[in-house]
Amino acid sequence: MSTATVRTFLAYLEDKPGVLNRVTSLFRRRSFNIESLTVGRTERPDVSRMTLVVRADDDAARRLEAHLWKLVNVLQVDEVSNAPAIVRELALVKVRAPEGVRAAVMQLCEVFRARVVDVSPDALSIEITGAPDKVDGLLEMLRVYGVVEMVRTGTVAMRRGQGGVEGVISERPGAAPVAA
Amino acid sequence: MSGDGARTGAQIVWDVLAREGVEVVFGYPGGAIMPVYDAMLSSTVRHVLVRHEQGAAHMADGYARASGKVGVALATSGPGATNLVTGIATAMLDSSPIVCITGQVSSPLLGSDAFQETDITGVTIPITKHNYLVSRASDIGPTLREAFEVARSGRPGPVLVDITKDAQQASASFDWDAWKPRIRNVPTRLMDPDEALARAIAMIDAAERPLIFAGQGVVHSKATEALIALAEKTGIPVASTLLGLGGFPASHPLALGMMGMHGEAWVNAAIQRADLLVAIGMRFDDRVTGNLRTYAVHAKKIHVEIDPAEINKNVKVDVPLLMDAREATTQILARVTRRHRQPWLDSIEHAKHEASPRDIQRQPADGRLLAAHVMKDLCALSAQDAIVVTDVGQHQMWEAQYWKHESPRTLVTSGGLGTMGFALPAAIGARFAHPEREIWVIAGDGGFQMTACELSTIAQEGIKLYIAIINNGYLGMVRQWQELFYERRYAATPIRSPDFVKLAEAHDLRGIRVSTREGIPRALEEARRSPGTVVFDFRVEAEECVYPMVPAGADLKDMIRRPMSEQQEQEPQFEMEE
Repeated sequence: MSTATVRTFLAYLEDKPGVLNRVTSLFRRRSFNIESLTVGRTERPDVSRMTLVVRADDDAARRLEAHLWKLVNVLQVDEVSNAPAIVRELALVKVRAPEGVRAAVMQLCEVFRARVVDVSPDALSIEITGAPDKVDGLLEMLRVYGVVEMVRTGTVAMRRGQGGVEGVISERPGAAPVAA
Repeated sequence: MSGDGARTGAQIVWDVLAREGVEVVFGYPGGAIMPVYDAMLSSTVRHVLVRHEQGAAHMADGYARASGKVGVALATSGPGATNLVTGIATAMLDSSPIVCITGQVSSPLLGSDAFQETDITGVTIPITKHNYLVSRASDIGPTLREAFEVARSGRPGPVLVDITKDAQQASASFDWDAWKPRIRNVPTRLMDPDEALARAIAMIDAAERPLIFAGQGVVHSKATEALIALAEKTGIPVASTLLGLGGFPASHPLALGMMGMHGEAWVNAAIQRADLLVAIGMRFDDRVTGNLRTYAVHAKKIHVEIDPAEINKNVKVDVPLLMDAREATTQILARVTRRHRQPWLDSIEHAKHEASPRDIQRQPADGRLLAAHVMKDLCALSAQDAIVVTDVGQHQMWEAQYWKHESPRTLVTSGGLGTMGFALPAAIGARFAHPEREIWVIAGDGGFQMTACELSTIAQEGIKLYIAIINNGYLGMVRQWQELFYERRYAATPIRSPDFVKLAEAHDLRGIRVSTREGIPRALEEARRSPGTVVFDFRVEAEECVYPMVPAGADLKDMIRRPMSEQQEQEPQFEMEE
């Protein structure tokens, strides 16, 4: 049996009220451990898209995918853990940075290609976008100065190459117009 | 209906039901579903007024299990909808296709804690295959059509459609033909089906001690004929899950009986010695496997299953066959080698003989009435194609052990959820699926009282059932656990019941009390002469246990066996091999 690793799934969902509830209910009931979950719109108004990051072994991952497919509102599931993919996360970090250390913090930001988006006498607010381990890296360095507040969006991912949602979802969703 | 004439949402509900071929709807009216009830008066679909909405869901379920078609329940918002919940969960765990239609408060009131408002779609997310909240009349038709399709397709299950009162009242046109079922091409990461099939066949050909397991999937997919042919061609004996009983004829020489917690000793022993399990349409429930770490460790496993999420959930399998049970059975049958496995069959037969002195059927009644004897006698005296609807508990297990089911859908029982109170309403549902066949309700005195109010429904509908109450004055299965695992501390298991004969008579039904084994045939003769439903009050031995028993979570080989008499103890004992 394989060991549990971090895995990333993309799920295309019919954009209907309550769909997020169905997915989270599934995770809770089956005791899958969510590392992060994001959901948002796509270029198609009737389709939303979820990026799920979970820790699971091969078999649990397969069953998770099977369970997602059992949700009627799920149009497509795609695991991109081992595929060429763009994986990004955004974090906002407010870090203690009084006069004496401010320059050092700003230099760190430069190394990580993060941006300072707000300045106050004792703190800097920093925005960083990148793969989750890059965000982890900056946070690790900033901890030394004192992180006052931090928020991460969770991961979003997209396969590299030219395929799009239309290519992935071949049939029109929404035979029954309203599903809670 | 396919066209222009505007109909109210409520009328569209009945239009869809009629066109879906629904014969009967089980329901209870209330404020938020009144427009649908009003429209019912001009529909041809029959309605059965239940006494509690839980009964409506169980009736729809019983109808579905007895007929193979989708059962329908109807209820109002709030308490009407929440009363359905136990019945929906029962249908979910046993993969029974039902559609529950509930009224909901008008859409402007949604979320305002209006009178009788419950977020029933939220409540039932984990216990339905899918559910819908419909707030526009034009959505009712397509949504209901999809609901039926979802309920019966793939692995069947319950679907709930919650319709706001304003949507029921508003008008819309509905084009039946405009709706098309969605087809999703679901990929799986399991073994390639051709390769899986080839491997499965090679494994079956090579096995010396194989067993076939027949689950409810055999019943759902109508695989019985193919399964009999497969068993006969390969010489492999067939064990059944509780819900698989009837899927393979009990009188067939290769039929072994039930497996699991209260399965036959020779079946559980054979499982632990087998070198191959061919599991068809079952899900390796904990009641079937016992301790997973020691379960069938010598056996390779082939799992025929329609739901990919069930593969490797409890038992890791060597070959998954993600297919309809009949299709898989037919394909295996075509390519498998014809052969005999006499030594294996002989060893199982040997175990059967060794077990027989412990069989309660061989123990004298000594003037007492034993529930297991009642089962055996009723089975012998009832019609061959009788449908038996059991409740949950000791009587359910004795029925499973001693009532020999020869064909699919002759046993209706709550397996996965183990819902007490299921039998009486489910049997009413089964009656509407089969107006002519003999139908037996078998219930304990505890479970019967949970839904006994449905006797009024029986009286109002004028239907005939034989209701056997196995009355031992205890919540028997819990008492058995208390006897075996809690040093006979009978906490809250003694139960006092009303006089069931008088209760029957209060409903203008016939009641017959039976206290001796000799009284059974006479009571049945009397019942057959009676035009309506008959309630039998079988006064059975109070402290009897169901054996064998694999304690929850124990190894399948560690069965508690029925103690033998002193004389029997002198005789040589059969020791189970590992």
